[in-house]
Amino acid sequence: MSTELVLLAVVMFAATYPSRALGLLAPGLDRLPRPAIEYLQLVGPAVLAAITAVEVMVVRPENGSPTFHVGVEWLGVLACLAIVGWRRNLLLGLIVAVAIVAIARQLGLPSLAG
Amino acid sequence: MREDVPALTEPGPEGLATPEEARRRLLIEALAIGVSAGGFGFVYGLAARDAGFSPIEAMAMSTIVFAGAAQFAAVGYVASGLAWPVIALLTFLLNARHLLYSAALAPWLAHVPRSRRAVMAHLLTDEAFALSIGHFRRVGRTDERGYWIAAIASTFIPWNLATLAGVLVGGSIPEPTRFGIDIIFPAAMIGLAVGLISGRRELVAAFAGAIIGVPWALFVSPAIGLEPSTGVVAGGVLGPAVALLVPSALAPEHAPLGSTASAERYAMPGSHFDDADRRPDR
Repeated sequence: MSTELVLLAVVMFAATYPSRALGLLAPGLDRLPRPAIEYLQLVGPAVLAAITAVEVMVVRPENGSPTFHVGVEWLGVLACLAIVGWRRNLLLGLIVAVAIVAIARQLGLPSLAG
Repeated sequence: MREDVPALTEPGPEGLATPEEARRRLLIEALAIGVSAGGFGFVYGLAARDAGFSPIEAMAMSTIVFAGAAQFAAVGYVASGLAWPVIALLTFLLNARHLLYSAALAPWLAHVPRSRRAVMAHLLTDEAFALSIGHFRRVGRTDERGYWIAAIASTFIPWNLATLAGVLVGGSIPEPTRFGIDIIFPAAMIGLAVGLISGRRELVAAFAGAIIGVPWALFVSPAIGLEPSTGVVAGGVLGPAVALLVPSALAPEHAPLGSTASAERYAMPGSHFDDADRRPDR
């Protein structure tokens, strides 16, 4: 069984860990000025929304530039958003999102995977 | 606090959820994220298997790297024969958003021993960040156990078990995307974002992050030779800056709903409501 890529995993860890650790381990970040605190409080919603938008709206072909994608995935995400906003139930939101996308794909509607 | 969009957890008598209420809420959300991590990890296991990763290699990625998007990208990089230094550089760029997470969590976790913070850093993911910071805000103080629940129980364990399942048994499942598994991750992210939106500024930050991230991924990143996923970093950095332009008079988080407690609910340690005497874990 091949283990060559275990070393690549270590290399990728070395490229990832500093970003994760800098804020938590660097001295002084626990006493930031108020504007910085206010900024950091807004990072979560911004990053999470950006992840969602890029995931469902941008598709990158194996060879070529990224393209804008419109598909049933939007509906799944919007349904999850509505359910979490309305019922405060993330699990239900995920189940509905998966169901919408799975049913749409069974019916032959476009998929994120193309 | 927006009155038209109530918070995920109703505040307790003092404006904060009790620790029991907050932890119960955390466990419910952790269950949902565990399902999400499981589904996403399973798809990763399938992709790794298809790219020729052995089970040991796939599991090494999931335990040592433990960064879903970077792992998916690495599958593509390896399949296309990209050089390892380039993979390392792309991984760094892809995971740069964790710097924002760790900086945002730093004030909350400042009193945790350094050795434990070093371990926490390795387990810091999109999911762990969103779950734990939402939990800290609800309870109004640091709850270290909450972080471990968010990072290990809801993410690390399901992710790794699902990776193992995907790489071992995935070959028997034809076209897994037809089951909609790939929608779990983006849907979970937006669901978690809802829990962090407690005022107009957060709402503007979310919209701005998305609106900036997509065009960046489509147009800017290819033009300057970066991965489309750097749109996430662009949205995460610029979105909050746009939101700060919302006048404070329009930002209800600065207008307490009749009590200091309701404002305290959204304060972080070190900010204007920092009061060590009222945080029992200090």
